[in-house]
Amino acid sequence: MELYLLLLFMILAAIVAVEINDLLSSVIAVGAVGLGLCLTFLILKAPDLAITQLVVEILSLIILIRATIKKDLPLVRDGRWLFNTLSTLLFIGFFLIFAWFALKELPEFGRPIMRISKEYIEKGLQKTGATNLVSAIILDFRGYDTLGEATVLFTAVMGVLAVIRMIGRINGK
Amino acid sequence: MSIYILCLVLFCIGLYCVLRKRNIIKIIIGLGIVEYAVNLFFVLIGYQRYGRAPILAKEQKILNMVDPLPQALVLTAIVIGLAVTVFMVAIAIRLYEKYGTFDITKIKRLKG
Amino acid sequence: MENKKEPGMTLIVKTITRLTVGLILLYGIYIVLHGHLTPGGGFAGGVIIALSFVHLMLAFGRETALKKLSQTKASILESLGALMFLSVALLGFLGGFFFFNFFAQKGTPFDLFSAGIIPLCNIAICLKVGAGLFAIFVALILFKNLKKKE
Repeated sequence: MELYLLLLFMILAAIVAVEINDLLSSVIAVGAVGLGLCLTFLILKAPDLAITQLVVEILSLIILIRATIKKDLPLVRDGRWLFNTLSTLLFIGFFLIFAWFALKELPEFGRPIMRISKEYIEKGLQKTGATNLVSAIILDFRGYDTLGEATVLFTAVMGVLAVIRMIGRINGK
Repeated sequence: MSIYILCLVLFCIGLYCVLRKRNIIKIIIGLGIVEYAVNLFFVLIGYQRYGRAPILAKEQKILNMVDPLPQALVLTAIVIGLAVTVFMVAIAIRLYEKYGTFDITKIKRLKG
Repeated sequence: MENKKEPGMTLIVKTITRLTVGLILLYGIYIVLHGHLTPGGGFAGGVIIALSFVHLMLAFGRETALKKLSQTKASILESLGALMFLSVALLGFLGGFFFFNFFAQKGTPFDLFSAGIIPLCNIAICLKVGAGLFAIFVALILFKNLKKKE
């Protein structure tokens, strides 16, 4: 029950974040969506994800506020407002049709198919010695995934430093 | 089943924001909402009713835990999402410095 | 009003920051070191450690924070984290294959020193995530300041 309430809250906050005109209010509303997601993870029995989502949300909120403060854009509506909205809704409709086919194949909520995870849960402690099974999976059973993730993170950091620093040199001349 | 549909609604709001809005910051926010919805969907699939968190305690033999595999995948996806968001913010700041606006229809050079 | 030349926020914020920033850093280190026993791990702990430095920077201005950890040092630490993670993975070849947990059986479970290579990997990931995010944040701040000077 509280899961539905939290999801409705997140949907409401997301609509506010999309439709409000002020950029700062929009950023704060998306922060509300993220904190609601953090509580949802806690209810879904995922404490690792809740901690990570909380701190990541705060850091991204700081960065987005630094980016948007004192920069506001008045809402402009061009002549093709109706056409744009209709084409967007058509695209979302296509997406929903295909999503409906996918939804019928999913397992029922509350009864997951745990063909692989059963072995992780039963033998994780003997094989790795770690009592936090999520930690055991990301660093032992599925270490390759984490290595790939580290590569992506490294690339993103290098990308940000390149985009920012190149401009700095040109301006510094 | 209805909880999956609510999650899809959240995804569609983010998709609408990405496709329809013309402000770069709004597009970044829309991508953030899409990312939240996808993460939530992964965790919802692995949820087991009356299950426990996947952390063992001393001297317990109960094994009705929620699925730890989607949680492990989502844990890395959250941090990647933060890095990608920061990357997009860097590009947006750069465009603002160059063109003086966040409106993508006014940024002429990006048109192909 | 006379403090306007001084960078950073007011005296109240600075005093509170002096008390709390060490606690936040300590909490991050705790989350990292106990990643294999309790919820948490390298990702969350790394972000918390980055947040403690961001907190310092927001309260005291960028000079004080950069004196503690400059951008070059952050980049070096990030590369060090990546290399450490890769070398721990390569050390698995001692036992036969990549990412082999070669001393998993040493040490009793539910202890701090247990679980083989998992704490080492947690520390490596924490260095990588924390230093990387802090480097990004410093880059964004320095860029804005540079723009203001012109």
